[in-house]
Amino acid sequence: MHCNAALIAPTFVTGLILGFIYALIALGYTMVYGVLKLINFAHDAVFATGGILVFYAFGQWFGIVQPLSGVSLVVLMAASLVIGALASAGSAFLLERVAYRPLRRRQGARLSYLITAIGASFFADYLYQQNFLLGPGKREFPNYFNVSKAFTVFGSVVQNVDVLIVVLAIACLIALDQFITRTRSGRAIRALSEDQVAAQLMGINNDRVITTTFVVGGLFAGIAGVLYAIKFGFVVWNMGFVPGIKAFTAAVLGGIGNIRGALLGGILLGLIENMSAVCVGAEWKDTVAFSVLVLVLILRPTGILGEGIKG
Amino acid sequence: MSSPVYRFFEWLDARLEPVRERAPRVPVPEPVRQRWQQGGRLWRRLGPLRYLVAAGLMALIPPLMERGWFPILNGTYGQTVLFNTGYWILLTLGLGVVVGLAGLLDLGYVAFFLLGSYTTALMTHSGAPGQFHFVEWPTWAALPFALIVAMVAGVAIGLPTLRLRGDYLAIVTLGFHEIMLEVMNNLGITNGPRGIPAIPTPSISIGSFHYDFGLNPAPYWWFLLIPAIILAVIMVQRLDGSRVGRYWTAIREDEVAASAMGVPIVKMKVLAFVIGASTSGIAGWIYATNVTFIDPTSFPLLLSVLVLCSVVIGGLGSIGGAVLGAILVQAVPEAVRQLSGGNTLFGFDPLTGRIAIFGAVLIIVMIYRPGGLLAARRRRTEMVTPGPESGVVVDDASATEQEVAPADDVHSAGGRST
Repeated sequence: MHCNAALIAPTFVTGLILGFIYALIALGYTMVYGVLKLINFAHDAVFATGGILVFYAFGQWFGIVQPLSGVSLVVLMAASLVIGALASAGSAFLLERVAYRPLRRRQGARLSYLITAIGASFFADYLYQQNFLLGPGKREFPNYFNVSKAFTVFGSVVQNVDVLIVVLAIACLIALDQFITRTRSGRAIRALSEDQVAAQLMGINNDRVITTTFVVGGLFAGIAGVLYAIKFGFVVWNMGFVPGIKAFTAAVLGGIGNIRGALLGGILLGLIENMSAVCVGAEWKDTVAFSVLVLVLILRPTGILGEGIKG
Repeated sequence: MSSPVYRFFEWLDARLEPVRERAPRVPVPEPVRQRWQQGGRLWRRLGPLRYLVAAGLMALIPPLMERGWFPILNGTYGQTVLFNTGYWILLTLGLGVVVGLAGLLDLGYVAFFLLGSYTTALMTHSGAPGQFHFVEWPTWAALPFALIVAMVAGVAIGLPTLRLRGDYLAIVTLGFHEIMLEVMNNLGITNGPRGIPAIPTPSISIGSFHYDFGLNPAPYWWFLLIPAIILAVIMVQRLDGSRVGRYWTAIREDEVAASAMGVPIVKMKVLAFVIGASTSGIAGWIYATNVTFIDPTSFPLLLSVLVLCSVVIGGLGSIGGAVLGAILVQAVPEAVRQLSGGNTLFGFDPLTGRIAIFGAVLIIVMIYRPGGLLAARRRRTEMVTPGPESGVVVDDASATEQEVAPADDVHSAGGRST
């Protein structure tokens, strides 16, 4: 193993930024797992939906082609984040309604949930891939946000979108943390995550809380989806797949079901991945990421911070 | 969350409830069901002979195909589809053991198939000049090694990961597939993304009869698959009925209880992985020698999911289900493509659109028929724990051998009992 010393610091910064995106997506996995004890494998499709709908809204329907600035940029940026968040939340909602709730009613086995989730994920992905939607290739994301260099840290170029990612991710995490610990719905979610039956006996509407969980996870996934599309400048039908798996790994790494764990896991995974690209070689980075996952699962199956939604 | 959207869905949900309750329980017409059961009994009475009969029937397919008996798939094209369906049946049977019998969700099953194929390529005289080989043996000699490598990989991936909780296994196996792809892409000996061409095809000579299997998917390729499929079927059936099969059922149903009863959990799970991997090793050998060129893109992650689709849709742990699933996933889309003449159907591309459709079908099957279309007999009442809506849950009553109640009674069991 030979690490290029000059590259370590810049890679650290890019890894950190990637980690924040992972963390945002990981929140969805972690919330659903905390409540239902179920891995929502369809969360990658939820993530993609946000970016793709904004692509349609501003790229196709409004036809925005040149970079904007000033107030119009702020408005458009806010609008796209809101649209993306709502689109993803809507798809998560739909997913819960169409796929998971009927299974819960029928008391499906664990395996059924997993298979259903895979089905939903592939349904959405390949629906996007059809020619009447995105088609098989990459589609350019409307470039209203001019991605450019903001400043340099440790010799690493930080783009303006990266700043946005970090700020929004931290804001989202604080908001979620407050939501879980301070609000009534948040308390209901915590109660459900501890004991479904007892929560129901205390008068909590389980179905409603589960829906809320999916929707909240979807909101963050949508924001991540839009940011991801802006950062990389394109949307593609399977854009959720790799980030989805990575985010899941991040959630497990930090302790699935644990919100702070999602942040920690996301950042750690982003760092590990980018560091391994420098030290082992970029072509092995997925192997390293998955090996880390396997190691964590074997050595500490509950992740670094432990499981369960906590206040 | 009492937004208008939420209320709209509540409303929609309430409207859909009666539809959902009624839709799946279309009773099979009584005469058809009786005929079917009679046939089943006769078939079972044949005993071991039925494998020979099945092989004979399978051997009839290519000649019939040549005569144009099959509506769409005929000629060379039909033979290719037949071959694809054949090796797909092997894969489905293998994954059926893992998912259907032992209840372990393996999302990286095709990794074993990949290993079988690459082993074949690296143990025979294949590739462009300068290609690395472990040995340069005849094609047939590589067959046992394709099998062994796949099985050893089953142990290697199974031993550390099968101690994990069930849902983690899915992601780890997915990761294993991804790692295998990355390894094959990056290693020099596998020629990386350029792949390995010119894998030698097997040949047979018995006395004066000599046949070289070529690129042309002549019926002989199918005849090569028949014994493999029959052997795999025998293996799965014997295992299912054995102590091991009952162990698997116990693990699938309740791991803690099974372990308390003295079932060696990890050993049995690894065994399921290994048995599952074995058929894909064979399938890998047949596939590699048939297509004669393999590269990492021949084994995308999608393939693993498609095998899972055919296992689940066809029927978890049932032989007929595996065959049906393979036909649905491999042959039907090809037939549809042939029918549509390369055009899209309602905007869906026949080959990629099928995955979207299978995805939707997976959800529907899991909700309405959790055991798959042709559920294994033992499984029909499993996959669900009869709860408060007990009568509703066991929804396969119309398909069980001893009819408990007419189908009409079953769905009303939740409300009024007569």
